Parts: sequence; C-alpha cells; structure tokens
Amino acid sequence: MTKFSVQKIKSSLTEFISSKGGKCALPVYILLTLGFVAPLFMVLGFSFATPRSFSAFTSFSLDNFIQIFDGSTSVWRSFLWSIALAAFVTAILAVVCYPVAVGMVRIFGSKTSTFISILFVFPLFVSENVRLYGWILFFGKNGVLDGICKLLGFHGPDILFTPGMTAMGLAYSYLPYMLFPVIMGVALVPKDLITAARDLGSSRLRTWWQIELPLAMPGVLIGMLLTFVLATGSMSESKILGGQSIIVITNDIDVSFTFSQNWPQGAALAVVLTLIIGSLTLYAFKKIDLDKLMGRS
Amino acid sequence: MEYTKQGRRNRTLIIIWTIFVIAFIYLPVICDALSSISKGRYFMFPIKKFSLDWWSKTANSIEISSLVSNSLLIAFVVTILSTVIAFCGALAFARFSWKGKKLFQKIILLPVFFPQPVLGLALLLWFNAIGINLSWQTAVFAHLVWITPVVTLVIAIQVYGFDPTLEDAARDLGATPFQIFYRITLPLLWPGVWSGMLFAFLLSWGNFPLSLYTTGVDNTVPKWLYSKMVAGYTPMVPTLGTMSTLGAAGLMLVGALTVYMMHRRQGRA
Repeated sequence: MTKFSVQKIKSSLTEFISSKGGKCALPVYILLTLGFVAPLFMVLGFSFATPRSFSAFTSFSLDNFIQIFDGSTSVWRSFLWSIALAAFVTAILAVVCYPVAVGMVRIFGSKTSTFISILFVFPLFVSENVRLYGWILFFGKNGVLDGICKLLGFHGPDILFTPGMTAMGLAYSYLPYMLFPVIMGVALVPKDLITAARDLGSSRLRTWWQIELPLAMPGVLIGMLLTFVLATGSMSESKILGGQSIIVITNDIDVSFTFSQNWPQGAALAVVLTLIIGSLTLYAFKKIDLDKLMGRS
Repeated sequence: MEYTKQGRRNRTLIIIWTIFVIAFIYLPVICDALSSISKGRYFMFPIKKFSLDWWSKTANSIEISSLVSNSLLIAFVVTILSTVIAFCGALAFARFSWKGKKLFQKIILLPVFFPQPVLGLALLLWFNAIGINLSWQTAVFAHLVWITPVVTLVIAIQVYGFDPTLEDAARDLGATPFQIFYRITLPLLWPGVWSGMLFAFLLSWGNFPLSLYTTGVDNTVPKWLYSKMVAGYTPMVPTLGTMSTLGAAGLMLVGALTVYMMHRRQGRA
C-alpha cells in the first residue's frame, strides 16, 4: 500500500516537472515554500512552545491556546472587534462599489473607464500611512473640516480616534480591493441577457436580483473575501485613526512580539487568526473558477 | 418607453456616485499636500500663509535621502526578481493547460489573501530561526512573497489575450524555441510585463506592514513616516508623503503612457 502511494507521488512529480506548466510554476512554488509555508510553519512551532520562551520545537505546551480561550485575557475581545469591523466594512464596501462597477462596465466608455481605473489603482501605490494621515489632517482639531465649520460659525465634530473612525479608515484603505473584483464580476454578465429579461417584462429589481447579481457573484465574492480577510488582518487603521480606542487582533499580536516579548503567545494568536482567514479563503476558493473570471476580462 | 427615462436617471446617479467615491479616495491625499505647503509647525485650516519651507527642508535632509535610497534599492531589486518569477508564473497560470493548473492558480493567491502584518511577523520568526540578520535584503525577500503573486495576476491578464497559434506558426516556419520566445512571445506579452513591473515597483515603494518587521536597521520611507506619526510629529511627514505620492504618480503616468503606446503599436502591426 505504502509502496504504491510512494510510486504514485513519484510519478505525479515527474509529470509535474515534465509538463511545461509545471516547469513555469516551479520558481513560484520555491518562493512560496521558502517565504510563505516555512515562516507559517515556524509560527505554528512557536505557538506550541512554552510561554515566554524564544525557541520553537524544543518544548510542547498548549498554554498559549488555552490562554486565548479561557477568558483570563481579553484577546477574545480583540478577535471580536476585528471580525465585526471587517464584516461591517465588507458589507459597506460591497454596496459602495457595486454601482461604480456597473458604471465602469456599462456606462462610461472604455477610455473613461481606463482612466477611472487608473485613478482607483493609484492610491494602492501610496503608503497607507500617508493616506490615513491625510484623514487626521482632515478630521483633526484645526483640520480641514474643523476649519470649514469654524468659518461657518460652529465647532467641527470631534470624531477622530473612535471605533467609527477605524471603520471609515478600513473602508477607505480596502475600497480598491473590493472594486476591481466586482468590476470583473459585473463584466461577466452578458448585456443581452438583461435586455432580454427586461423585454420579457421583468422589473428592474427582479432582473438585478435574479439575473445580474447571480452572474456577477464570483467577482463580488472574491471582492468580499479579499476585503474581509485584509480588514481582519489590518493594523495601521486602528493605530493611526482609531488612536487605540479599540484594540484589534493584529495589534495584540504585534504587542506580544515586541513590547511584552512573549513570542509563543503572539504565535498562537497568529495561528488562530490564520485558521479563521484560511478556512474562509479555502472555502470560497472551492466555489470560484479563476480562468472564467479573469480570462474574459 | 418608460424605462429609458428611468435608465437615464440611474445613469446620472451612477456618474455622481462615482465622482463622489473618487473624491473620497483623494481627499486625504489633498489634505497631506495642503499641510506640506503651509507655513508653521502645526497645520491650521484655512491656511494663513503658504510656503515651501518644508519642501526644501525635507529635500535637503540627509536622513531622508538615505531612507529614499533604501526604499529605491528595495523596490528596484524587487521589481527585477518578482517580474522574472511572475512571468514564468503567469505562463503556468494562463498559457499552458497542465494537470496542476487549477491548484496552482489558487495556491499563488494565498499570500495575497493573507494579512501582511502577520506575514511580516512570520518572516521575522523564520529569519531569526535560520540565523539571517535583518537588512534590506530580507525586506526584498518579504516583499517578493507578497508582490510576486500580484504581478503574476497582472501579467496573466495579458497572457489570456495571447494567441498561442502564433507560436505554432513560428515553429512551422522554422524558428528555434529561443527565437520564438524572443521574437514572438515576449514582444506580445510585453505590455503585461511592463504593467507588472510598474505594479511591483510601486507596491514595494509604498509597502509598510512587511517592511515594518523585516528591514532591520535599513529604514524605509513608509516605516519612517509611521514612526514619526506615532511619536515626534514633524511637518516633514505630510511633505515626504506628498513627495512620494507625486513621484509615484509621475512614474505611473510615464508607465501607463508606455503601455498605451505599446498597445497602439501592436494594434497597428
């Protein structure tokens, strides 16, 4: 039995190496093994080490995980905050981006659409810190909003460093990550199908709900997944705009590794976060055909 | 017909909404720029006095020029390496049909769907475990893990539009594999490769979460900006931020124009 499976692995490996695609994929696989799998494996090793130790794989303990769930620390609250914020932001962004995507695919001409996509891509190239800092200048005391309010004779609202501000910052940072997959999704919908449904007397809302949305769903799903995952794992927004009014999970992880020097604790938190994000991603990936989504756009 | 009228109204609404969203995206960038050209240590709006003091101070700072050269070096090396790896990856992703393709397409996306601060920390542990000291080289490696998959996707989009029969035709006409690659495949995919390089450079230039844990003593621009935002604010923060934004915008403009020209030339050929 074992001999058989070894043979099978060997033959599929030879097949992998001899196929053109396999050869081309090899450098990527090497990079990801050394730079993604191995580091995550290290994190896993550390998460089972005795608390406050600095070497992995030399000791075994479940204390780090028990600490997360037994309620002696408040990290579960950070998890809840991160997930709740991410879910909220994902929902908001789906609603914000969908009409823009429809505009880009069907309303603006191709030249205008290209220009608008460049406008939306560009912020990704500016460090998120710089962009988030701009919001401080906007909302802060004597900032742009406050200044305009004062000209009109009243004080500006004091909303900086609140959970709501963190949510706004997340929505701001991850907008392009929602928009582009949704555009790909909306581009999958054949225009004729909508015209046909309308001609047959279906209402606008019904056409959208029963024809357009299901066909655009692969893109919308990828966008939602990407936004949710990245927002759950974000840090700068809550630090810069939220002013630590809420502690998100990445912040706890960061603190365990730096300030409190408890690497195993931080590793265990990272493992739990990775499990949440990873299972969600793998589940969604099962349902999506990337050739179809990307090939046609 | 009643629905054309409604259609026109929806059209207008969508146009207004898009303009609103774009304004939202650029508002903080404009605030940074405003603060960089106002005189005085603390930003006050409306601006009483404009000056370019902070611009000249930032441009003349030795500390900042070393940050910029670190960031440039990292971005440059990342661009070269990630584009080479991603070019092969994109062929595997979109050009060939092979047994492990569907799996490969998903595996390569995993780093993109992974929170960067956690990836940065994981790499930190890994470097520490195998005894590599942190420097700009480790930052390059960290950037590669995240940027190569993105560049692969960018190039793959171009590869999907590639007609493989052109390669067959060249082979039938007696071209060697090297000639085919150099004269047919590469020129046709060049716009995608160029966009990929642009993405690689700019994403590396602006990256913060990976650099935070992996650069060691070689500080980068985003890392410095962050440390100054948290403690020890100076108006150089929005100034350097604006400079970096303008630099990226200039590069992107040149890059986008080049891609546009390539497409036009290909369209004619």
